[in-house]
Amino acid sequence: MRKAGQERSHEPWVHVVKKTEISAAKTLLLSIVAVLASLVAGGLFILAIGQNPFLVYATIVKGAWRSSIARKGTIKLAIPLLITALGITPAFKMKFWNIGAEGQIIMGAIFATYFALFYDHLPHGLLLALMLVAGMIGGGIWGLIPAYFKSKYGTNETLFTLMLNYIALYLIKYLVEGPWRDPASSGFPKIASFSENARLDQLLGVHAGWLIALILVVLVFIYIKFSKHGYEIDIVGESVNTARYAGMNVKKIVLRTMFLSGAICGLAGMIQATGAAYTLSEGITGGVGFTAISVAWLSRLNPVTILVVSVLFAVLEKGCSVMQSTFGMSSAVSGILQGIILFFILGFDFFTRYRFVFCKKKQGEGSVSC
Amino acid sequence: MLKKLLTGIFVATMVVSLTACGTKNGGEKETENPGNTEVNQEESADKEEKADADKEEKADNSDFKVGVIHIGDPADGAGYSFAHDQGIVAMQAELGLSDNQIIRKNNVSDTDAVAIRTAMEECIEEGAKIIFGTSWGYMDTMEQLAAEYPEVYFSHGSGYKCNGSNFNNYFGRIYQARYLSGIAAGLKTESNKIGYVAAMDIDNSEVTGGINAFAMGVESVNPDAKVYVKVTNTWFDPTLEGQAAEALLDMGCDVIAQHADTAAPQLAAQKRGVWGVGYNSDMTKDAPEAHLTAPIWNWGVYYTKATKEAMDGTWTGENYFGGLAEGFVDISPLSKNVAEGTEEAIEDARKKIVDGYNVFEGEIKDNQGNVVCAEGEKLTDADITGAMNWYYKNVEVK
Repeated sequence: MRKAGQERSHEPWVHVVKKTEISAAKTLLLSIVAVLASLVAGGLFILAIGQNPFLVYATIVKGAWRSSIARKGTIKLAIPLLITALGITPAFKMKFWNIGAEGQIIMGAIFATYFALFYDHLPHGLLLALMLVAGMIGGGIWGLIPAYFKSKYGTNETLFTLMLNYIALYLIKYLVEGPWRDPASSGFPKIASFSENARLDQLLGVHAGWLIALILVVLVFIYIKFSKHGYEIDIVGESVNTARYAGMNVKKIVLRTMFLSGAICGLAGMIQATGAAYTLSEGITGGVGFTAISVAWLSRLNPVTILVVSVLFAVLEKGCSVMQSTFGMSSAVSGILQGIILFFILGFDFFTRYRFVFCKKKQGEGSVSC
Repeated sequence: MLKKLLTGIFVATMVVSLTACGTKNGGEKETENPGNTEVNQEESADKEEKADADKEEKADNSDFKVGVIHIGDPADGAGYSFAHDQGIVAMQAELGLSDNQIIRKNNVSDTDAVAIRTAMEECIEEGAKIIFGTSWGYMDTMEQLAAEYPEVYFSHGSGYKCNGSNFNNYFGRIYQARYLSGIAAGLKTESNKIGYVAAMDIDNSEVTGGINAFAMGVESVNPDAKVYVKVTNTWFDPTLEGQAAEALLDMGCDVIAQHADTAAPQLAAQKRGVWGVGYNSDMTKDAPEAHLTAPIWNWGVYYTKATKEAMDGTWTGENYFGGLAEGFVDISPLSKNVAEGTEEAIEDARKKIVDGYNVFEGEIKDNQGNVVCAEGEKLTDADITGAMNWYYKNVEVK
C-alpha cells in the first residue's frame, strides 16, 4: 500500500508480468508447494476449531475410497465435473469465457428429460440415444445464443452466459411447478422419477457416464491438439485479427466452438438426469458448472490433466462430506476447508503463470526504491 | 482361546441373525448374567443358543447406528432442522445411544438427488440401520435406495410413499393442534377478522387442511369470526411472509396465524400491537407481546418409536400418522397474551380429540356452500392428507 502524501512518479509500485515459460520441473515443484501450503493452512483452521488435522485429513482421503460404495460415490461426483470441464475447454482455448456451463448443463438435462417423461415407451437403446442427442442439442443451443450475439453485436460473453444460467434455472422451476409437475404428487412441486426404461445403464456398478466421460477425454484431446478445428480455435484465441488475415471465418468458428462447448456440457446434464438423479430438479447441476471452470483452468485446458484434477476434486468433495458427519462438524466447516485448499492451489497457480515486477526508481529523484 | 471361541460364536449368530432378517429375539433375556454364558456354552445346545441370543441383543444396541439427513443445519438453533434434531436428541437419550451411533448429514439440498444419494450412502457405509430423511424432497431418492438396500430401513418425513417393508413415511395430525390454536385465536380476536399466512394454495392438502382445522377451532368458540388467508407460495421466505402478514393487518385482522417457517408474521403482528399464532416452535420467544400459542411437533416421539422398532426387529413398514393422543403434535404453552377462559376451552377440546374426535366430522360445508362431509360421516386419513382441496365455510382467500 502506498503511503498518503508521498511523492511518487506515476509508475505503479508493482506490476504483474506474464512469465514466458517455466520448466516442467519448476511447475511440479510449485504445485507440490501449493498443495503443502494449502494443507498447512487448512490444518491450522482445523486446529483452531479444536480437531486433529492429521485425523481429519486421513478421514477425508479414507472417506472417499474406504469402500466400494464410497469409490462409486466419488466416481459419480467426478463424472459431471470431468465432462463439464472438457466442455468448457474448447471455449476457453478460444478465449471465449463461457461461464454458462451451469445453464448449458440444465438445458441438456431439460431436453433429455422431455424424452424420458413423454417417450419412455420407446425401446431402451433408442430412447437413450434420443435423450443423448437431445441433451447435446439443448446444451448446444444454450452455448450458441451468446456466441451469436457476441459475433453479431459484440456483447460481453461473460455476462451473457452468466445470465443465461438463471434463465435456465428458472425454466426448471417453471417446469417443476407447472407443466411437468408429477400428477401423483398431490400438489407438491416435483417431477416424477424416470421409469427404469429411461435410466442410464450401469457398467461395473456405476452408471455408464464414466465410459462416456473417458471417451470424451480422448476425443476432446484429439480435437484440440490434432484437428484443423482445434488449430483454428487456437488461432482465434490468440488473435482474432490474425485468424481473419489468414482467411478464417471467425464468426463461424466461434459459433461452431460454442455449440460444441455447450453440447458437451449439455451431455453432462443429460447424464446427471438419467444416470444419477433419475429426475430433473433445481439442484441437477450440483454447482458443477462453476467448479468445472476451476478444474479446466488448473489443468491448463489439457484433457488428460482435467481427468486427474476432476478426480482429485471429487475426492475432496466426497471426503469433506464424510468428515462433516464423522466429526459432527457444521457443514460450513467443510465448505471453509475446501475453500482454503482451493484458494491456495489457485493462488499458487497464479505464480506459475505470472510474476511480480517491483519498480526500481531512479536514484536521482530521491525517492525510496520500492 | 475362550475369547476366540466367543468371537466365533458371535460371528455365527450375526450371520444367522442377518439371514433371519429381523425376526426378533426375546427382549427379556437382557438381564441374564453374561459371565455365566461362557461356562454354559458346553453344557447344552439349548443354553448355548440362548446365550447367543443374549450376545446378539447386546451387540445390536451398541452397534446400531442411526442416520439423519437434514435440509438445514441444526446448529441454527431454531426452525425446522433444529426441531427435528431435538427429536433425534430425545430419541438418543431415551434409548441410551452414544454420540457416535448418530450420523448426521446437514445442509443436504432436497432438490439435488445426487447429493441426497451421496449423503444417504455415506450413512449406510458407516453402518446406519435406519435412516431418517426429514425433508419432503428426499422422498423419491429414498424410495430408490430402499429398493437397493433392503437391509436398511428408510423413514421419510412428510411425504406419501411407502413400500410396505423397509420404506415408510411419518407425519402427524398437526391439524389437531391447529384446531386448538384456532380456539386461542377465536377467543382473542376483537375485530372478528383473523389472518392466516399460508405457504401454499388450495392444491396443497397439508396447508389447506391446516387452515380448515384452524378455522373450525375458531368457529367452535366464535361463530362470527372469519379467517382471511394469504398465500406466499413458498415454504421459507421471511420477507414475503412478513409482507403477507402486513397486508392482512391492513385489512383489520387482529390475530395472525401462519403456516410458514419463520417468525416474520408474528413480528409484524407485534409491531401493530395485535396478536398471533405461530408454528413449528414456541414463537413466544420471538414475539413475546403478540404470540398466543403455536402448533408444534414432537418429532422425538416418532424417532424413538421407529428406532426402537428397527432395533428390536419389530418394524412393520407401516406409515406413521401420530396426533395429539400420541403426543406427536401439540401446542406450545399458552402465553400471557391469551384471552380469559382460553386454557379451559382448549383443555376441553384436547380431551375431546384425545378421546377420538377427529375434527373433520360432518356436517362440513366449504366456503362455496357445498357439503364436503355429510352429517354423521368422517373424512378418511387419505382425504385429509391428499384431497383437502376446499376451504371451510368461514375462510376467505385474499
